[in-house]
Amino acid sequence: MKIIRINKENWADGLEKLKRSYRLFGPVKDNNLHVFKELDKGELPDCSYFNTRLSPKSIIYPQSEIMLEYELDESKEDHHILKEIDTDYSPRAVIGIRPCDAAAFLLVKRNFDTPEYKDPYWIKSYEATTFVGLACNNPQTTCFCTSAGSGPFYEKGLDLLLVDIGDYYFAKIITLKGENFLEAAGWDTEADGNAEEQIKTMKQKAEAKIISSIATDKLKDKTTTDLFDAPFWEEVAFACINCGACTYVCPTCWCFDIQDEVNGYSGIRMRNWDSCMFPLFTLHGSGHNPRSTNMQRFRQRFMHKLKYYVDKYNDGIQCVGCGRCTRLCPANIDIRKVCNLMNGYSA
Amino acid sequence: MQNPYLPYPVRIEEIITETEDKNLKTFKLVFLNPDDEKKFSYKAGQFAELSVAGKGEVPIGIASSPTEKGYLMFTINKVGLVTTTLHCMKPGDIIGIRGPLGNSYPWDILKGKNVLIIGGGFAFTTLRSSIVYMLDPANRPNFKNIHVIYGARSPGMLLYKDELTAWESRDDINMHITVDGTDDPEWKYNIGFVPTVTEQKAPPGNADTYAIICGPPIMIKFTQPVLDKLGYCHDNIIMSLEMRMKCGIGICGRCNIGKEFVCKDGPVFTLAQLNMMPKEY
Repeated sequence: MKIIRINKENWADGLEKLKRSYRLFGPVKDNNLHVFKELDKGELPDCSYFNTRLSPKSIIYPQSEIMLEYELDESKEDHHILKEIDTDYSPRAVIGIRPCDAAAFLLVKRNFDTPEYKDPYWIKSYEATTFVGLACNNPQTTCFCTSAGSGPFYEKGLDLLLVDIGDYYFAKIITLKGENFLEAAGWDTEADGNAEEQIKTMKQKAEAKIISSIATDKLKDKTTTDLFDAPFWEEVAFACINCGACTYVCPTCWCFDIQDEVNGYSGIRMRNWDSCMFPLFTLHGSGHNPRSTNMQRFRQRFMHKLKYYVDKYNDGIQCVGCGRCTRLCPANIDIRKVCNLMNGYSA
Repeated sequence: MQNPYLPYPVRIEEIITETEDKNLKTFKLVFLNPDDEKKFSYKAGQFAELSVAGKGEVPIGIASSPTEKGYLMFTINKVGLVTTTLHCMKPGDIIGIRGPLGNSYPWDILKGKNVLIIGGGFAFTTLRSSIVYMLDPANRPNFKNIHVIYGARSPGMLLYKDELTAWESRDDINMHITVDGTDDPEWKYNIGFVPTVTEQKAPPGNADTYAIICGPPIMIKFTQPVLDKLGYCHDNIIMSLEMRMKCGIGICGRCNIGKEFVCKDGPVFTLAQLNMMPKEY
């Protein structure tokens, strides 16, 4: 695999050049926290960050997204008929995405790109995007990616992997999209023969820094109803206030609500991120609610990620180990603890 | 790429008030573009998302039968924002429809079998679709005995009364209509709850007999032990579930029971399947 060396003095120029053919997104500091946003002219991504508070899922899947539009004025032709809208699906690139967050898109893709139905909004955004990853040299204590199916130098889901060496980056080309991206930037200096070895050593060092892990090996063989009826749920869910922060920051949570909004005679149908933590998520018109209690909603989140998803796709859990939900939970609920409880449970 | 969220435009052709409380109305819908009707090829037991611009969407079982051409029929209970808006609409108004959605009753398995249909309240819509479908002259030879047990609170709360009367007089379908109670001296059918009538009138269960049940949870709860007693195995008890839905295509994430989505993997499940799933519905 080809590795290109990008000297940091050429970084800003290359990015400006890229902005002619790509919409660039990257991590920038906003009120002391890093967020992913579209980079303005002259604006550089801040690659000194650990990770963003919100995952970069909104670049592909905005928190609010217009799906359809319509006209309600009955004197107009086609009134009350819903129509598709024009959306910008021109090429875009995410610079400095962490490998765990890029891998999350692959897990989510299974939901939006199915054999029966294709979600055009998600798929078109995803296909328009080049993922330029930034390897994690300094994982945090809440990271457990190596036992959750990804890793600090994980390449699946990326088109290009950047490794920060100090004065320069190594850019490992993973796909043709990645190669095209480098070409557009004008970065073409091939790294010397030791680069591959150097990256390997750094990868091992980074992986060794990850001190926490989860056990998932037994989840697949558990009986769903046994886990569902396990006695530990009341206790582990007790502190949960159903605030939904975990689902909001999670790169692999994809649930949404669909709402109509009208202004005068013109209206839109939009989708908004939703959360299984909220009672309204499942409330029937009759008043009946299959998940009416805190515990039931808490259980749904973990059963979905760690059992239903495992059974449905037979390729691991719906979690990449980024640790956001654990870091941001106001009640100190830790997915690692819940996962290990589930994995170790026998009825 | 086909956009599965984009509804086909339809015109409301006719609105029929079904019940004495005026809370249930049947809507006959006609596609604005005839080509869309061809794309909307459905089976009895499926549902669709009805779409009112400016208000939203609502998942409703298809009450017409695939054998009835030229229109679709939905019977709608007035409950929330979208259904209330629909109840206030008039013939000629334009709405949208997405579908058909979900699986259907298992017609390939039901071929050549006895079919017992048990319905309660307004959950008789996809059952009507099934009955009309089975009674179609081209399809009737494909089924053995057909029994229908249908109950409502009172005679005025029964859906599709003219059709019920017509089916009563036929000899290729055994109708057992019942009401919880009535002071109507003219009432000539059963009085009693659905589970009781099932116990008295339903054929015994065997490998060649399937029961399809739709109704309120309380009816299902008390009918199930009766079917057990009659010898129906859980593979032969077929149920259609309801859930709060949005996308209707298994993507938005809210209507799951375990790993199954009611909108896409259901709404029809056998009791044997439900026994393996979490009790969360």
